[in-house]
Amino acid sequence: MKALGAAVVAVAVLVVLPAFPAVLSSYAVSILTLIFFYGFLGQAWNLVGGYAGQLSAGHAAFVGVGAYTAAVLFERFGITPWLGMFVGGALAAALGGVIGYLGFRFGLRGFYFVLLTVAFAEVCRIVASNTDAVGGALGFYITFTGNPRHFQFQDPRAHYYIALALMLVATGVAWLVERHRFGIYLGAIREDETAAEALGVDIFRYKLYAMVLSSFLTGIGGTFYAFYLLSLQPGSVFGIPLSVEIIIRPIVGGAGTLLGPILGSFILTPLGEVSRAWFGQGGYHGAHLIVYGALLIGVVLFLPQGAYPYLARLFRRAQ
Amino acid sequence: MTLLVVDGLAKRFGGLQAVKDLSFTVGEGAVVGLIGPNGAGKTTVFGLISGFIAPDAGEVRFRDRSIVGARPHQICALGLARTFQIVRPFPRLTVLRNVMVGALARHPRRADAEAHAQAVLAEVGLATKAAQPAGGLTLADRKRLELARALATEPALLLLDEVMAGLNAIETERIVELVRAINARGIAVLLIEHVMRAVMSLSQRIVVINYGERIAEGSPQTVANDPRVIEAYLGEAYAGAPPG
Repeated sequence: MKALGAAVVAVAVLVVLPAFPAVLSSYAVSILTLIFFYGFLGQAWNLVGGYAGQLSAGHAAFVGVGAYTAAVLFERFGITPWLGMFVGGALAAALGGVIGYLGFRFGLRGFYFVLLTVAFAEVCRIVASNTDAVGGALGFYITFTGNPRHFQFQDPRAHYYIALALMLVATGVAWLVERHRFGIYLGAIREDETAAEALGVDIFRYKLYAMVLSSFLTGIGGTFYAFYLLSLQPGSVFGIPLSVEIIIRPIVGGAGTLLGPILGSFILTPLGEVSRAWFGQGGYHGAHLIVYGALLIGVVLFLPQGAYPYLARLFRRAQ
Repeated sequence: MTLLVVDGLAKRFGGLQAVKDLSFTVGEGAVVGLIGPNGAGKTTVFGLISGFIAPDAGEVRFRDRSIVGARPHQICALGLARTFQIVRPFPRLTVLRNVMVGALARHPRRADAEAHAQAVLAEVGLATKAAQPAGGLTLADRKRLELARALATEPALLLLDEVMAGLNAIETERIVELVRAINARGIAVLLIEHVMRAVMSLSQRIVVINYGERIAEGSPQTVANDPRVIEAYLGEAYAGAPPG
């Protein structure tokens, strides 16, 4: 049965999702693009926040570092974002390594680690806002060329496929992590660091690996963000709201599960977009956050493990 | 060869001298009991040996090398594993996964670790519960799981911190048999235990501590009749009294 379920999912991914842009409206395609992109960011976060249980609330920092790096390399030095993407990922990974080193070396747990990650993201935001070379508080703008070599496309459906590929790659990485010693150790660290240490787990090293891998992937996502929107504002790419967007999907969907971040994105992204448009029209900007808040309270109260483990249980029972 | 040498170990927590100039040894394949009244510093001694607590003074040598200052995971890799008095299962992981975490220390490949973990579960009698989440186990089974995980790291010396506390007589007897079987495979055991009958029957030698200091050491027989031990447990009035 398990093999059958996996086969159904694989067929859906390989046949149905790539075929969508041919039949759906451009609005639906743009929503799906966001679902995949946030699913990707959520999956990247899931490696350190879900599997390893280290709640980074500053993942926007990595999106921002990746986005600014690729954008500046392209605008100032003419380096293609296809390459800049990996430079951005590497710089984000380096930042993740510094944050992880500080947090894990000094054994910051729970809220203290949350505060550390938020602080780093805020510092990044303030630095970007005050650095004229990257546009300062006004932001940084990318010239539209529409050239695929510049990670730019005349056809918006290209973004759909790139976001889908990003999500699938991150999920593949998570799947590999889950199946190896690394993933089992991360689970042990999440459950009880002291017990893990006693059983031979080098908790510092594995937490650091998870942080670096997660920030690398998130940094790669920064390039997509930059060249999808073509403009970067420090407040939006480095801001707390983006960090919250990244975290909330895997938590609602099921942190530390393979499909939780994707499920969370399928639930929250359309809800966020629709309610944003709805409340925005009525002049209630930001009211969609109330919807998020209400949903989050509901999840914490009724599905503390997230939606995916709950659905998986229902599915098993139905069999 | 002496497996573990503890020499002049000391640890102070603020105004409390938890362990004071403590020395003892554990031989290859031996079973040594570490007993003493509540608060005597036994669990602190385990913390000091296993690298969770840094000593103020003294030396711990395992297989002829100093392990003072080594991280707990390094000490585990050297072949010294411990259990916790308050059991610490990974509650949301299955029983098998819990044991695999220990097994991965020696078998980095997942499939090998899983096979080894299954064998350990069979040995401790938890094989039928392999697929359950560890959070749902009874206390007796959690104690077994604690033991199984430490055992899965394939130690040469196992530190067992009250693995029988809170168990009924039958469960205790089963654990005693299990510890005996583990020891029969050549694994040395250092045992903290309040269940006297169990310690007395298992240990070849017993170290008694009180207020962090060693007050007696010897065979179970010698220690049980030592007036200082009786005093520490029962108070001065009983120390000189005839048995019974």
